[in-house]
Amino acid sequence: MASYNTNEFRSGLKLMLDGDPYVIVENEFVKPGKGQAFNRVRVRNLKTGRVVERTFKSGESVEAADVHDTQMQYLYNDGELWYFMDPDSYEQLSADTTAMGEAVKWIKEQDMCAVTLWNGSPLSIEPPNFVVLEITETDPGLKGDTSGGGGKPATLETGAVVRVPLFVQTGELIKVDTRSGEYVSRAKEE
Amino acid sequence: MSRDTWWPSAGADVLHARARLLARIREFFADAGVMEVETPIASRCGTTDPVLHSLQTAWSGPCARAQVLYLHTSPELPMKRLLAAGTGPIFQICKVFRDGERGRLHHPEFSLLEWYRPGLRYRALMTEVAELVCHALDRPELSVRSSSYRELFRKHLGLDPVTANLNTLRRAAEEIPGSGNLDLDLDRDGWLDLLLTHRIQARLGRGHLAFIYDYPASQAALARIRQDSYPVAERFELYLDGMELANGFQELTDPEEQRRRFSADLDTRAAAGLEPLPADQDFLAALDAGMPEAAGVALGLDRLLMVATGSAHIDEVLAFPVERA
Repeated sequence: MASYNTNEFRSGLKLMLDGDPYVIVENEFVKPGKGQAFNRVRVRNLKTGRVVERTFKSGESVEAADVHDTQMQYLYNDGELWYFMDPDSYEQLSADTTAMGEAVKWIKEQDMCAVTLWNGSPLSIEPPNFVVLEITETDPGLKGDTSGGGGKPATLETGAVVRVPLFVQTGELIKVDTRSGEYVSRAKEE
Repeated sequence: MSRDTWWPSAGADVLHARARLLARIREFFADAGVMEVETPIASRCGTTDPVLHSLQTAWSGPCARAQVLYLHTSPELPMKRLLAAGTGPIFQICKVFRDGERGRLHHPEFSLLEWYRPGLRYRALMTEVAELVCHALDRPELSVRSSSYRELFRKHLGLDPVTANLNTLRRAAEEIPGSGNLDLDLDRDGWLDLLLTHRIQARLGRGHLAFIYDYPASQAALARIRQDSYPVAERFELYLDGMELANGFQELTDPEEQRRRFSADLDTRAAAGLEPLPADQDFLAALDAGMPEAAGVALGLDRLLMVATGSAHIDEVLAFPVERA
Protein backbone atom coordinates (compact mmCIF):
# COMPACT_ATOMS: atom_id res chain seq x y z
CA MET A 1 0.00 0.00 0.00
CA ALA A 2 1.48 3.34 -1.05
CA SER A 3 1.96 5.95 1.63
CA TYR A 4 3.43 9.41 2.07
CA ASN A 5 5.75 10.60 4.81
CA THR A 6 4.73 13.97 6.27
CA ASN A 7 7.86 15.53 4.79
CA GLU A 8 6.46 14.79 1.32
CA PHE A 9 3.27 16.74 2.15
CA ARG A 10 2.39 19.54 -0.26
CA SER A 11 -0.75 21.06 -1.75
CA GLY A 12 -2.47 18.69 -4.15
CA LEU A 13 -1.26 15.45 -2.52
CA LYS A 14 -4.07 12.86 -2.16
CA LEU A 15 -4.45 11.01 1.16
CA MET A 16 -6.77 8.40 2.67
CA LEU A 17 -8.22 9.60 5.99
CA ASP A 18 -10.94 7.71 7.88
CA GLY A 19 -11.68 5.71 4.72
CA ASP A 20 -12.27 8.72 2.47
CA PRO A 21 -10.01 10.26 -0.17
CA TYR A 22 -8.75 13.77 0.66
CA VAL A 23 -6.54 16.32 -1.09
CA ILE A 24 -4.14 18.60 0.82
CA VAL A 25 -5.17 22.23 0.42
CA GLU A 26 -2.55 23.72 2.72
CA ASN A 27 0.34 22.23 4.70
CA GLU A 28 1.96 24.04 7.62
CA PHE A 29 5.09 22.78 9.41
CA VAL A 30 4.81 23.60 13.11
CA LYS A 31 7.66 22.97 15.54
CA PRO A 32 8.67 24.47 18.84
CA GLY A 33 12.47 24.91 18.89
CA LYS A 34 12.82 22.35 21.67
CA GLY A 35 9.80 20.15 21.00
CA GLN A 36 7.69 17.87 18.87
CA ALA A 37 7.27 18.77 15.17
CA PHE A 38 3.80 18.64 13.59
CA ASN A 39 2.29 19.00 10.15
CA ARG A 40 -0.91 20.97 10.46
CA VAL A 41 -2.83 20.53 7.23
CA ARG A 42 -6.11 21.67 5.71
CA VAL A 43 -7.57 18.86 3.62
CA ARG A 44 -10.62 18.69 1.33
CA ASN A 45 -12.74 15.56 1.27
CA LEU A 46 -12.91 14.60 -2.42
CA LYS A 47 -16.33 12.99 -1.98
CA THR A 48 -18.10 15.74 -0.04
CA GLY A 49 -15.95 18.80 -0.80
CA ARG A 50 -15.79 19.60 2.91
CA VAL A 51 -12.53 21.17 4.14
CA VAL A 52 -11.24 20.14 7.57
CA GLU A 53 -8.04 20.61 9.54
CA ARG A 54 -5.84 17.70 10.61
CA THR A 55 -2.61 17.50 12.56
CA PHE A 56 0.05 14.81 12.14
CA LYS A 57 3.24 14.11 14.02
CA SER A 58 6.05 14.97 11.63
CA GLY A 59 7.77 11.85 10.38
CA GLU A 60 4.57 9.76 10.37
CA SER A 61 3.37 8.06 7.22
CA VAL A 62 -0.15 8.39 5.88
CA GLU A 63 -1.83 6.09 3.37
CA ALA A 64 -1.93 7.52 -0.15
CA ALA A 65 -5.29 7.74 -1.92
CA ASP A 66 -5.33 5.99 -5.30
CA VAL A 67 -6.74 9.08 -7.01
CA HIS A 68 -5.75 10.27 -10.46
CA ASP A 69 -7.10 12.41 -13.27
CA THR A 70 -7.67 11.13 -16.79
CA GLN A 71 -9.35 12.35 -20.00
CA MET A 72 -12.45 10.35 -21.03
CA GLN A 73 -15.12 10.75 -23.68
CA TYR A 74 -18.74 11.15 -22.60
CA LEU A 75 -20.93 8.60 -24.42
CA TYR A 76 -24.52 8.72 -23.19
CA ASN A 77 -26.87 8.92 -20.22
CA ASP A 78 -29.37 6.13 -19.54
CA GLY A 79 -31.58 8.20 -17.27
CA GLU A 80 -29.68 7.14 -14.16
CA LEU A 81 -25.98 6.96 -14.95
CA TRP A 82 -23.59 8.77 -17.27
CA TYR A 83 -21.25 6.57 -19.34
CA PHE A 84 -17.66 7.48 -20.29
CA MET A 85 -15.03 5.79 -22.44
CA ASP A 86 -11.25 5.78 -22.25
CA PRO A 87 -10.23 6.79 -25.83
CA ASP A 88 -7.12 4.60 -25.73
CA SER A 89 -8.37 1.38 -24.15
CA TYR A 90 -12.07 1.79 -25.12
CA GLU A 91 -12.81 0.78 -21.53
CA GLN A 92 -16.13 2.17 -20.29
CA LEU A 93 -17.31 3.25 -16.87
CA SER A 94 -20.31 5.01 -15.39
CA ALA A 95 -20.70 7.99 -13.07
CA ASP A 96 -23.62 8.78 -10.77
CA THR A 97 -25.26 12.17 -10.13
CA THR A 98 -22.97 12.94 -7.17
CA ALA A 99 -19.82 12.44 -9.22
CA MET A 100 -21.31 14.36 -12.17
CA GLY A 101 -22.12 17.47 -10.11
CA GLU A 102 -22.35 20.60 -12.27
CA ALA A 103 -20.97 18.77 -15.30
CA VAL A 104 -24.49 17.53 -16.23
CA LYS A 105 -25.39 21.11 -17.17
CA TRP A 106 -22.73 21.36 -19.87
CA ILE A 107 -21.72 18.12 -21.51
CA LYS A 108 -22.91 16.65 -24.79
CA GLU A 109 -22.23 13.25 -26.21
CA GLN A 110 -18.62 12.85 -27.44
CA ASP A 111 -17.27 15.71 -25.26
CA MET A 112 -13.89 15.01 -23.65
CA CYS A 113 -14.03 15.43 -19.86
CA ALA A 114 -11.46 15.35 -17.05
CA VAL A 115 -12.46 12.39 -14.90
CA THR A 116 -11.02 12.00 -11.39
CA LEU A 117 -10.83 8.31 -10.54
CA TRP A 118 -10.56 6.83 -7.05
CA ASN A 119 -9.77 3.13 -6.99
CA GLY A 120 -10.90 3.08 -10.61
CA SER A 121 -14.33 4.70 -10.00
CA PRO A 122 -15.25 8.25 -10.99
CA LEU A 123 -15.11 10.65 -8.05
CA SER A 124 -15.77 13.81 -10.03
CA ILE A 125 -16.19 14.96 -13.63
CA GLU A 126 -14.93 18.27 -15.01
CA PRO A 127 -16.51 19.42 -18.28
CA PRO A 128 -14.31 21.10 -20.93
CA ASN A 129 -13.63 24.77 -20.07
CA PHE A 130 -15.56 25.84 -23.19
CA VAL A 131 -18.53 24.09 -24.77
CA VAL A 132 -20.63 24.90 -27.85
CA LEU A 133 -24.36 24.35 -27.30
CA GLU A 134 -27.58 25.11 -29.17
CA ILE A 135 -30.19 27.49 -27.78
CA THR A 136 -33.50 25.67 -27.55
CA GLU A 137 -35.51 28.53 -26.15
CA THR A 138 -35.12 32.27 -25.69
CA ASP A 139 -37.37 35.33 -26.11
CA PRO A 140 -37.09 37.02 -29.53
CA GLY A 141 -34.65 39.92 -29.15
CA LEU A 142 -35.33 43.53 -30.11
CA LYS A 143 -34.50 44.28 -33.71
CA GLY A 144 -31.36 46.34 -34.21
CA ASP A 145 -29.78 45.50 -30.87
CA THR A 146 -26.22 44.40 -31.48
CA SER A 147 -24.55 45.53 -28.30
CA GLY A 148 -25.69 42.73 -26.07
CA GLY A 149 -25.94 45.27 -23.25
CA GLY A 150 -29.08 44.09 -21.53
CA GLY A 151 -29.16 40.36 -22.09
CA LYS A 152 -31.84 37.74 -21.58
CA PRO A 153 -32.04 34.16 -20.32
CA ALA A 154 -31.60 31.35 -22.83
CA THR A 155 -32.22 27.65 -22.30
CA LEU A 156 -29.60 25.38 -23.92
CA GLU A 157 -29.97 21.87 -25.34
CA THR A 158 -28.53 20.40 -22.14
CA GLY A 159 -31.11 22.23 -20.02
CA ALA A 160 -28.67 24.81 -18.66
CA VAL A 161 -29.84 28.43 -18.57
CA VAL A 162 -27.34 31.21 -19.37
CA ARG A 163 -27.66 34.94 -19.99
CA VAL A 164 -27.14 35.84 -23.65
CA PRO A 165 -27.18 39.15 -25.58
CA LEU A 166 -30.56 40.21 -27.00
CA PHE A 167 -29.50 39.57 -30.62
CA VAL A 168 -28.92 35.84 -30.10
CA GLN A 169 -31.85 33.72 -31.19
CA THR A 170 -33.34 30.26 -30.67
CA GLY A 171 -31.62 27.63 -32.80
CA GLU A 172 -28.24 29.39 -32.77
CA LEU A 173 -25.04 27.84 -31.37
CA ILE A 174 -23.19 29.66 -28.60
CA LYS A 175 -19.87 29.17 -26.81
CA VAL A 176 -20.08 29.06 -23.00
CA ASP A 177 -17.34 29.16 -20.33
CA THR A 178 -18.32 26.28 -18.01
CA ARG A 179 -16.18 27.59 -15.12
CA SER A 180 -18.21 30.81 -14.84
CA GLY A 181 -21.37 29.63 -16.62
CA GLU A 182 -21.16 32.71 -18.87
CA TYR A 183 -21.86 33.28 -22.56
CA VAL A 184 -18.66 33.91 -24.57
CA SER A 185 -19.73 34.31 -28.20
CA ARG A 186 -21.86 32.96 -31.01
CA ALA A 187 -20.39 29.83 -32.56
CA LYS A 188 -20.47 27.84 -35.78
CA GLU A 189 -21.04 24.11 -35.97
CA GLU A 190 -17.66 22.47 -35.33
CA MET B 1 11.14 32.03 -15.52
CA SER B 2 14.92 32.44 -15.27
CA ARG B 3 14.54 35.60 -13.20
CA ASP B 4 12.35 33.61 -10.80
CA THR B 5 15.25 31.38 -9.83
CA TRP B 6 18.32 33.64 -9.93
CA TRP B 7 16.67 36.71 -8.42
CA PRO B 8 16.75 37.17 -4.61
CA SER B 9 13.69 36.06 -2.73
CA ALA B 10 14.03 38.99 -0.29
CA GLY B 11 13.37 42.52 -1.53
CA ALA B 12 16.14 45.14 -1.61
CA ASP B 13 14.56 46.92 1.40
CA VAL B 14 14.67 43.67 3.41
CA LEU B 15 18.32 43.04 2.48
CA HIS B 16 19.08 46.53 3.84
CA ALA B 17 16.99 45.83 6.95
CA ARG B 18 19.06 42.69 7.63
CA ALA B 19 22.32 44.65 7.42
CA ARG B 20 20.87 47.30 9.78
CA LEU B 21 19.63 44.66 12.22
CA LEU B 22 23.06 42.99 12.39
CA ALA B 23 24.77 46.36 12.88
CA ARG B 24 22.41 47.33 15.72
CA ILE B 25 22.92 43.98 17.46
CA ARG B 26 26.72 44.31 17.30
CA GLU B 27 26.39 47.89 18.58
CA PHE B 28 24.29 46.65 21.53
CA PHE B 29 26.87 44.04 22.54
CA ALA B 30 29.82 46.40 22.04
CA ASP B 31 28.15 48.82 24.49
CA ALA B 32 27.40 45.95 26.88
CA GLY B 33 30.99 44.69 26.84
CA VAL B 34 30.10 41.28 25.41
CA MET B 35 32.78 39.80 23.12
CA GLU B 36 31.94 38.40 19.70
CA VAL B 37 33.28 34.89 19.06
CA GLU B 38 33.23 32.22 16.35
CA THR B 39 33.09 28.47 16.91
CA PRO B 40 33.11 25.60 14.36
CA ILE B 41 30.11 25.11 12.10
CA ALA B 42 31.24 21.57 11.24
CA SER B 43 32.01 19.38 14.25
CA ARG B 44 33.00 15.77 14.97
CA CYS B 45 30.11 15.63 17.43
CA GLY B 46 26.41 15.82 16.65
CA THR B 47 23.47 17.24 18.58
CA THR B 48 22.04 14.51 20.81
CA ASP B 49 18.66 16.25 21.36
CA PRO B 50 16.14 13.80 19.81
CA VAL B 51 13.98 16.60 18.35
CA LEU B 52 16.90 18.08 16.39
CA HIS B 53 18.43 16.49 13.32
CA SER B 54 21.95 17.37 12.20
CA LEU B 55 23.01 17.67 8.58
CA GLN B 56 26.25 15.84 7.84
CA THR B 57 29.22 16.32 5.64
CA ALA B 58 32.55 14.52 5.36
CA TRP B 59 36.09 15.79 5.59
CA SER B 60 39.09 14.27 3.87
CA GLY B 61 42.57 15.61 4.41
CA PRO B 62 46.13 14.65 5.21
CA CYS B 63 45.03 13.20 8.55
CA ALA B 64 41.46 12.25 7.82
CA ARG B 65 39.67 10.09 5.34
CA ALA B 66 35.97 10.93 5.04
CA GLN B 67 35.73 11.87 8.70
CA VAL B 68 32.00 12.55 9.31
CA LEU B 69 31.39 16.13 10.40
CA TYR B 70 28.04 17.32 11.74
CA LEU B 71 26.85 20.84 10.90
CA HIS B 72 25.94 22.46 14.20
CA THR B 73 22.28 22.92 15.16
CA SER B 74 23.43 25.66 17.55
CA PRO B 75 26.87 26.81 18.79
CA GLU B 76 25.92 26.03 22.40
CA LEU B 77 28.50 23.41 23.42
CA PRO B 78 31.67 25.05 22.02
CA MET B 79 30.54 28.43 23.43
CA LYS B 80 30.26 26.79 26.86
CA ARG B 81 33.79 25.41 26.39
CA LEU B 82 34.90 29.02 25.83
CA LEU B 83 33.11 30.08 29.05
CA ALA B 84 34.89 27.29 30.94
CA ALA B 85 38.17 28.61 29.47
CA GLY B 86 37.40 31.98 31.08
CA THR B 87 36.33 34.25 28.21
CA GLY B 88 33.68 36.09 30.22
CA PRO B 89 30.45 37.19 28.46
CA ILE B 90 30.36 36.20 24.76
CA PHE B 91 28.01 36.34 21.78
CA GLN B 92 27.98 34.76 18.36
CA ILE B 93 26.03 35.39 15.15
CA CYS B 94 26.15 32.34 12.90
CA LYS B 95 24.28 30.13 10.47
CA VAL B 96 22.95 26.93 12.04
CA PHE B 97 21.50 23.89 10.28
CA ARG B 98 18.53 21.63 11.05
CA ASP B 99 17.50 18.77 8.84
CA GLY B 100 13.81 18.11 8.20
CA GLU B 101 12.63 21.64 8.99
CA ARG B 102 10.89 23.69 6.31
CA GLY B 103 7.84 25.92 6.35
CA ARG B 104 6.57 29.44 6.86
CA LEU B 105 8.79 29.86 9.94
CA HIS B 106 11.43 27.20 9.24
CA HIS B 107 14.35 26.89 6.87
CA PRO B 108 17.09 24.21 7.03
CA GLU B 109 19.78 26.85 7.55
CA PHE B 110 19.04 29.99 9.51
CA SER B 111 20.81 32.79 11.36
CA LEU B 112 21.10 32.50 15.10
CA LEU B 113 22.26 35.00 17.69
CA GLU B 114 23.45 33.20 20.81
CA TRP B 115 24.91 34.80 23.92
CA TYR B 116 26.06 33.86 27.41
CA ARG B 117 26.25 35.90 30.60
CA PRO B 118 28.38 34.33 33.35
CA GLY B 119 27.10 35.28 36.79
CA LEU B 120 23.68 36.38 35.53
CA ARG B 121 20.47 34.53 36.49
CA TYR B 122 18.08 33.48 33.70
CA ARG B 123 15.33 35.86 34.88
CA ALA B 124 17.78 38.77 34.65
CA LEU B 125 18.85 37.59 31.18
CA MET B 126 15.18 37.85 30.11
CA THR B 127 15.44 41.59 30.84
CA GLU B 128 18.55 41.86 28.67
CA VAL B 129 16.85 39.89 25.86
CA ALA B 130 13.99 42.41 25.94
CA GLU B 131 16.48 45.31 25.80
CA LEU B 132 18.36 43.71 22.89
CA VAL B 133 15.15 43.14 20.89
CA CYS B 134 13.89 46.69 21.55
CA HIS B 135 17.26 48.08 20.45
CA ALA B 136 17.59 45.82 17.41
CA LEU B 137 14.08 46.68 16.19
CA ASP B 138 14.44 50.33 17.28
CA ARG B 139 11.14 49.98 19.14
CA PRO B 140 11.89 51.19 22.68
CA GLU B 141 8.15 51.33 23.44
CA LEU B 142 7.65 47.53 23.32
CA SER B 143 6.38 46.40 26.70
CA VAL B 144 7.15 43.06 28.34
CA ARG B 145 4.69 40.51 29.75
CA SER B 146 6.01 37.41 31.45
CA SER B 147 4.20 34.39 32.74
CA SER B 148 5.29 30.98 33.91
CA TYR B 149 4.49 27.96 31.74
CA ARG B 150 2.03 26.82 34.41
CA GLU B 151 0.23 30.20 34.64
CA LEU B 152 0.06 30.38 30.85
CA PHE B 153 -1.76 27.04 30.49
CA ARG B 154 -4.08 27.86 33.38
CA LYS B 155 -4.95 31.23 31.86
CA HIS B 156 -5.42 30.16 28.22
CA LEU B 157 -6.71 26.60 28.59
CA GLY B 158 -7.92 26.37 32.17
CA LEU B 159 -5.74 23.35 32.87
CA ASP B 160 -2.71 22.72 35.02
CA PRO B 161 0.15 21.36 32.88
CA VAL B 162 1.90 20.00 35.96
CA THR B 163 -0.94 17.81 37.23
CA ALA B 164 -3.19 17.22 34.17
CA ASN B 165 -3.30 13.61 32.99
CA LEU B 166 -3.02 12.47 29.37
CA ASN B 167 -6.81 12.33 28.92
CA THR B 168 -7.24 15.93 30.05
CA LEU B 169 -4.50 17.04 27.64
CA ARG B 170 -6.05 15.04 24.79
CA ARG B 171 -9.50 16.50 25.46
CA ALA B 172 -8.05 20.03 25.46
CA ALA B 173 -6.37 19.24 22.12
CA GLU B 174 -9.68 18.08 20.66
CA GLU B 175 -11.02 21.60 21.15
CA ILE B 176 -8.64 22.84 18.45
CA PRO B 177 -11.10 24.38 15.95
CA GLY B 178 -11.91 22.10 13.02
CA SER B 179 -9.41 19.50 14.14
CA GLY B 180 -11.79 16.55 14.16
CA ASN B 181 -10.75 13.52 16.16
CA LEU B 182 -7.06 13.39 16.89
CA ASP B 183 -5.63 9.90 16.63
CA LEU B 184 -2.15 11.12 17.51
CA ASP B 185 0.27 8.92 19.39
CA LEU B 186 1.93 11.47 21.67
CA ASP B 187 3.58 11.42 25.05
CA ARG B 188 2.83 13.98 27.72
CA ASP B 189 5.29 16.57 26.37
CA GLY B 190 4.00 15.94 22.84
CA TRP B 191 0.45 16.87 23.94
CA LEU B 192 1.77 19.94 25.76
CA ASP B 193 3.70 20.99 22.62
CA LEU B 194 0.54 20.47 20.54
CA LEU B 195 -1.52 22.64 22.90
CA LEU B 196 1.14 25.36 23.03
CA THR B 197 1.62 25.53 19.25
CA HIS B 198 -2.02 25.04 18.20
CA ARG B 199 -4.05 26.73 20.94
CA ILE B 200 -1.85 29.34 22.63
CA GLN B 201 1.07 30.47 20.48
CA ALA B 202 -0.82 32.57 17.91
CA ARG B 203 -2.13 34.77 20.73
CA LEU B 204 1.28 35.41 22.30
CA GLY B 205 3.22 38.66 21.94
CA ARG B 206 0.66 40.63 19.96
CA GLY B 207 2.16 44.12 20.18
CA HIS B 208 4.39 43.27 23.14
CA LEU B 209 7.20 40.92 24.14
CA ALA B 210 5.80 37.78 25.79
CA PHE B 211 8.09 35.61 27.89
CA ILE B 212 7.23 32.13 29.12
CA TYR B 213 9.50 30.87 31.89
CA ASP B 214 9.86 27.86 34.22
CA TYR B 215 9.12 24.90 31.97
CA PRO B 216 8.21 21.34 32.95
CA ALA B 217 11.36 19.48 34.05
CA SER B 218 10.78 16.98 31.22
CA GLN B 219 11.39 19.86 28.78
CA ALA B 220 14.58 21.08 30.40
CA ALA B 221 16.90 20.37 27.42
CA LEU B 222 20.18 21.85 28.79
CA ALA B 223 18.58 24.00 31.50
CA ARG B 224 19.12 23.59 35.22
CA ILE B 225 16.26 21.96 37.15
CA ARG B 226 15.10 23.60 40.37
CA GLN B 227 13.20 21.68 43.06
CA ASP B 228 10.11 23.65 44.10
CA SER B 229 7.07 21.76 45.30
CA TYR B 230 7.51 20.14 41.88
CA PRO B 231 10.63 20.14 39.65
CA VAL B 232 10.93 23.17 37.35
CA ALA B 233 13.28 23.71 34.40
CA GLU B 234 14.89 27.15 34.62
CA ARG B 235 14.22 27.87 30.98
CA PHE B 236 12.45 30.67 29.10
CA GLU B 237 11.15 31.47 25.65
CA LEU B 238 10.31 34.77 23.99
CA TYR B 239 7.32 35.26 21.67
CA LEU B 240 6.55 38.26 19.48
CA ASP B 241 3.73 38.56 16.93
CA GLY B 242 2.72 34.95 17.69
CA MET B 243 6.21 33.67 16.79
CA GLU B 244 8.76 31.88 18.95
CA LEU B 245 11.87 34.10 18.79
CA ALA B 246 14.23 32.94 21.52
CA ASN B 247 14.98 30.17 23.99
CA GLY B 248 17.15 30.62 27.07
CA PHE B 249 18.45 28.61 30.01
CA GLN B 250 19.94 28.85 33.41
CA GLU B 251 22.72 26.68 32.10
CA LEU B 252 23.28 23.23 33.46
CA THR B 253 26.88 23.13 34.75
CA ASP B 254 26.85 19.82 36.65
CA PRO B 255 28.89 17.33 34.56
CA GLU B 256 27.26 14.22 36.05
CA GLU B 257 23.73 15.51 35.39
CA GLN B 258 24.87 16.53 31.88
CA ARG B 259 26.17 12.97 31.25
CA ARG B 260 22.82 11.55 32.38
CA ARG B 261 20.94 13.87 29.98
CA PHE B 262 23.17 12.96 27.03
CA SER B 263 22.69 9.29 27.76
CA ALA B 264 18.89 9.73 28.13
CA ASP B 265 18.89 11.60 24.76
CA LEU B 266 20.81 8.76 23.12
CA ASP B 267 18.38 6.19 24.59
CA THR B 268 15.41 8.17 23.21
CA ARG B 269 17.13 8.40 19.82
CA ALA B 270 17.77 4.68 19.76
CA ALA B 271 14.15 3.90 20.74
CA ALA B 272 12.95 6.18 17.91
CA GLY B 273 15.25 4.40 15.43
CA LEU B 274 17.46 7.48 14.96
CA GLU B 275 21.15 7.00 14.31
CA PRO B 276 23.47 7.03 17.32
CA LEU B 277 25.65 10.12 17.57
CA PRO B 278 28.96 10.80 19.30
CA ALA B 279 28.29 13.14 22.26
CA ASP B 280 30.79 15.96 22.77
CA GLN B 281 33.33 14.53 25.24
CA ASP B 282 35.37 17.76 25.19
CA PHE B 283 32.31 19.65 26.35
CA LEU B 284 31.89 17.19 29.24
CA ALA B 285 35.60 17.62 30.06
CA ALA B 286 35.07 21.40 30.14
CA LEU B 287 32.21 20.93 32.63
CA ASP B 288 34.47 18.64 34.69
CA ALA B 289 37.09 21.42 34.74
CA GLY B 290 34.40 23.87 35.84
CA MET B 291 32.12 26.07 33.78
CA PRO B 292 31.04 29.30 35.52
CA GLU B 293 27.37 29.59 36.45
CA ALA B 294 25.76 31.37 33.51
CA ALA B 295 22.54 32.16 31.72
CA GLY B 296 22.44 31.78 27.94
CA VAL B 297 19.98 32.38 25.14
CA ALA B 298 19.58 31.76 21.39
CA LEU B 299 17.50 34.08 19.24
CA GLY B 300 16.39 33.45 15.65
CA LEU B 301 17.47 36.41 13.55
CA ASP B 302 15.43 35.59 10.43
CA ARG B 303 12.24 35.65 12.49
CA LEU B 304 13.32 38.88 14.19
CA LEU B 305 13.84 40.32 10.70
CA MET B 306 10.34 39.08 9.75
CA VAL B 307 8.98 41.17 12.65
CA ALA B 308 11.12 44.17 11.65
CA THR B 309 9.89 44.06 8.05
CA GLY B 310 6.33 42.79 8.59
CA SER B 311 7.04 39.65 6.55
CA ALA B 312 4.64 36.70 6.73
CA HIS B 313 7.00 34.01 5.37
CA ILE B 314 10.67 33.34 6.14
CA ASP B 315 11.42 33.26 2.38
CA GLU B 316 10.65 36.99 2.28
CA VAL B 317 13.72 37.70 4.44
CA LEU B 318 16.17 35.22 2.87
CA ALA B 319 18.27 36.19 -0.14
CA PHE B 320 18.11 32.66 -1.54
CA PRO B 321 15.91 30.00 0.12
CA VAL B 322 17.11 26.40 -0.20
CA GLU B 323 14.96 25.72 -3.27
CA ARG B 324 17.00 28.29 -5.21
CA ALA B 325 20.25 28.02 -3.22
